Amino acid sequence: MWSFYIEQLIVSLPFFFKGLGMTIAVSGLSLAAGTVLGFVWGIARAKHVRLLKPLLGAWVDIVRGTPFLVQVFIIFFLLPEVGIQLEAFPAAVIALSNLSACFICEIVVAGISAVPSGQREAATSSGLNWFQQLRYVILPQSMRVILPPLVGQYVLLIKDSSVVSAIGVVDVTRVGWLTVQRIPQGLLVFGLVAVLYFVICYPLIQLSNSLEKRMSVSYTRGKE
Amino acid sequence: MLETFNFRVILEYMPFFLSCFLATLWLSGAGLLGAFGTGLLACGMRIGRFKLLSRIAYVYIESIRSTPLLVQLFFFYFGLPSLGLRMSEASTGILALTLNSGAYMAEIIRAGIQSIPNGQIEAAVSSGLNYFQRMRCVILPQAIGVTLPPMLGQAIVLVKDSALLSLISLPELTRAGQIMTSERFMPAEGFLTSAVFYLVIYYFLKLMTHWSQRRLIYLQT
Repeated sequence: MWSFYIEQLIVSLPFFFKGLGMTIAVSGLSLAAGTVLGFVWGIARAKHVRLLKPLLGAWVDIVRGTPFLVQVFIIFFLLPEVGIQLEAFPAAVIALSNLSACFICEIVVAGISAVPSGQREAATSSGLNWFQQLRYVILPQSMRVILPPLVGQYVLLIKDSSVVSAIGVVDVTRVGWLTVQRIPQGLLVFGLVAVLYFVICYPLIQLSNSLEKRMSVSYTRGKE
Repeated sequence: MLETFNFRVILEYMPFFLSCFLATLWLSGAGLLGAFGTGLLACGMRIGRFKLLSRIAYVYIESIRSTPLLVQLFFFYFGLPSLGLRMSEASTGILALTLNSGAYMAEIIRAGIQSIPNGQIEAAVSSGLNYFQRMRCVILPQAIGVTLPPMLGQAIVLVKDSALLSLISLPELTRAGQIMTSERFMPAEGFLTSAVFYLVIYYFLKLMTHWSQRRLIYLQT
């Protein structure tokens, strides 16, 4: 019996790889958009713009305080009511980008505030304008604090992308869900799905860990 | 959307939402308790002396951390019956939440234990305390103080993760929104109401996190 199911599963492997491609497409697009948006929001929040800062703070809080599934449903079912008709794929990318942007925003704020204020003052007195300060002084130094949690955030993003299967994006989780209707061996099918996620996420987690180790080493050395 | 936003229907569904709110609280509370126990166990195995147990705990933690909760949930939901284990949706959901958060809890507790200076442990050894006494009287009381804020953070994640249980048709907050959407076709009212309920839990837990952080600083000084 088992060998029969395994054979069936091998036959449907191409679907799984297609689903994996969709997972990578959704999370890759949202990763790029979320990173750019998150950095912009983070810099805006760290710059104390009067109206923008509390607004962004409230938005980040709302997004962090509600489940991603609810956000996906709100974007997918509510935007059509205000006249924006969206397919499942763009809705998923928007929801994921927004989510990751909110988390990356927090990471960037923490990174920027970790740079000692003397650096900023020195840059100001060297005559650098705001953008030059950011580009040459603040961001390069804050990267050390930002990078490890950023990679960890990417892992979370890839894992969260499984949730968008609920609105019908045919990613690898959805493929598993469709396959299990045909091959009633949940352990096998979702074991395979889990392995596919594992292959992507495990190296990234290791990368995040090693980055964390390396960055903290250079920090203690720099202090001496 | 906003001009037709119907508060009366929300009021009409309020008892239903409240019972689903309690269900979310109950499910995530049970998951949290289970996760704490699993986390303690996995962490004890991970840092323990036995190589084999440590390996097992490592594999458990890493495989949970690199796969999505939704896949784990479906793994149990579709997988356990094919092994001949029939469980209710609620217990499957709690099992998935427990095992998922347990791995993160284990890492949090491990970080907490490793934050305790070696001298404390050496002092406990030379006072003649055995392993369990050391854990019980020296290491854990300090480690729990350090780990409380990240644990509350994990609790926030757990409450949000419990929304996924709606996908195996458990009646909880997100499911309430879905049901309202399908019965009245009011996605705005349904999902925004669930979101507000989640925010209530989120802000409560966030307040507790701030409180515990303040207390922690007080303890350290």
